[in-house]
Amino acid sequence: MLSDKDRIFTNLYGLHDWRLRGARARGDWDGTAAIIARGRDAIVEEVKASGLRGRGGAGFPTGLKWSFMPKQSDGRPSYLVINADEGEPGTCKDRDILRYDPHKLIEGCLLAGAGMGANAAYIYVRGEFHQEYRNLQAAIDEAYQAGLIGTNACRSGFDFDIHVHRGAGAYICGEESALLESIEGKKGMPRMKPPFPAAIGLYGCPTTVNNVETIAVVPTILRRGAAWFSALGRPKNTGTKIFCISGHVNRPCNVEEEMGIPLRDLIEKHAGGVRGGWDNLLAIIPGGSSVPVLPKSICDSVLMDYDSLRDARSGLGTAAVIVMDRSTDLIRAIARLSAFYKHESCGQCTPCREGTGWMMRVMNRLVEGRAEIAEIDLLEQVTRQVEGHTICALGDAAAWPIQGLLRHFRPMVEVRIANYHSRDTRRVAAE
Amino acid sequence: MSVPVQPDQFAFDEKSSAEIPSIMARYPQGKQASAVMPLLDLAQRQMARVTGRAWVPRVAMDAVADLIGVPKIRVYEIASFYTMFHLGPVGPNHLQVCTTTPCWLRGSDAVHAACRAAADTDPDLFTVEEVECLGACVNAPVLMINDQLYEDLDGERTEAVLNAIRRGEKPEPGSTAGRHGSAPEGGPTTLFATDASERTDA
Repeated sequence: MLSDKDRIFTNLYGLHDWRLRGARARGDWDGTAAIIARGRDAIVEEVKASGLRGRGGAGFPTGLKWSFMPKQSDGRPSYLVINADEGEPGTCKDRDILRYDPHKLIEGCLLAGAGMGANAAYIYVRGEFHQEYRNLQAAIDEAYQAGLIGTNACRSGFDFDIHVHRGAGAYICGEESALLESIEGKKGMPRMKPPFPAAIGLYGCPTTVNNVETIAVVPTILRRGAAWFSALGRPKNTGTKIFCISGHVNRPCNVEEEMGIPLRDLIEKHAGGVRGGWDNLLAIIPGGSSVPVLPKSICDSVLMDYDSLRDARSGLGTAAVIVMDRSTDLIRAIARLSAFYKHESCGQCTPCREGTGWMMRVMNRLVEGRAEIAEIDLLEQVTRQVEGHTICALGDAAAWPIQGLLRHFRPMVEVRIANYHSRDTRRVAAE
Repeated sequence: MSVPVQPDQFAFDEKSSAEIPSIMARYPQGKQASAVMPLLDLAQRQMARVTGRAWVPRVAMDAVADLIGVPKIRVYEIASFYTMFHLGPVGPNHLQVCTTTPCWLRGSDAVHAACRAAADTDPDLFTVEEVECLGACVNAPVLMINDQLYEDLDGERTEAVLNAIRRGEKPEPGSTAGRHGSAPEGGPTTLFATDASERTDA
């Protein structure tokens, strides 16, 4: 288990001062200019060596992503864009960073900017996070006043500006290219790739989009060293991670733990265990609503990191653990997610626009059992026709929860259909 | 939703206008179209402040289009794409109930029922909307009232919050169960020795 001295987010619960004075007392903004003075390549190499992978869901190596940015400007500025459009059902980790540890993010922006040659950052905060935005903006204002950002940031000779752009209630803007469109003042509709943002991103300029948590851990990595960070967790799945444990546990919470912690330990040590005991567990969605659900038999032993969960045919995603006990109507739980994706599809690609509605309607009938057995296979086929056939991953995210349900709980769906039909027969017989 | 009665004119008032320069300054020269979302938000907040109803009438969209120099249709499509811009008036207390799976698992049906009942009895005070994930899932179920989030609710606590609003009070946002942020109920399981003075290694 992770010891407190290795925790990065020491104000996760807002028990201490989130402003500059408190942040400094927790070790933020210490020797920042000296880190910038190490130079661009040294910063990128250190982050690469730490093994840090993106905390927003995809798990792409962060240092490698930064290295795609142009070394020499062709006249265009480079941008860092922070994805704080947290909206993946189950996920509420970035919220705590924005409201209680905003200086970790701000310092991280500066150092990441120095690492990729960007002199400006935009932080895209979801519109519903109003209080979180106010804390973040107040922290940015403090940082400007203290000379930590702006012209000659931290007296390093490096200029760096941070702007906040607020969203307005569109989950799709959490997709990086939709997010860029949204900052440009357009509808949040994902762009085709290539070109990738590192070549043509915000305003047609080289851009890197990173998640809040990814950037907020960077200052600590650069201060304590890649060796410290990479010694935590497991090979290729290094460091610590904020886990969000929601649903049917005794004490839902956010907690920072070591990557690769067993799922069962995570829940029992920090969230007070599954309601009614571990044996009362039905299923867990381990990484936010987009990843496939896992039955108890897998949850018994699975480890919480990118590769272990991928091997279990699910994913770490945002590390949002949604726990469901045996009282749960699992078909309805998944059907509600289908409604979510139908609501949030931007409508640009036909398989997603039509498919999410179609899948939702079939799922809603399956909740009642008002379907034919053959429709289970039909539904499975449709999820395969949506998956991988859209510009962005929202189509995949809509397909995977249903695939997970059918992979592990198909008998449950069959029983539901059989019950509906037998009830129907009785009613007919009685008339 | 019934078709709202559109006002004849809209202009940014003094208070709103004071904010416009700092909004524009966030974006590079020639990229003023980026300001469409913050300006629509500004217009919606002005409507709430002046009329008691937060929404963006057509004339306000036109004012935004003029300000940033884009065709009006560009602003209309933004206002209709993003769900936080209301195309018709909402109540002075707009109740946004999250019913997505993590909230539903912890009883958002009861929260939703309490909000619907309040909107039925006091339509001049409350309007209710079912929304998707609000991003506070470990404090589920949650309810957003205007800019404030109320957490760890059940039917009874929701009614208590709504009754306080009826009495003209401003109930304290955050956990209604006395929790500290996202820490587990009963207190954290971590971060015991992280008082600032004890951290010298980072």
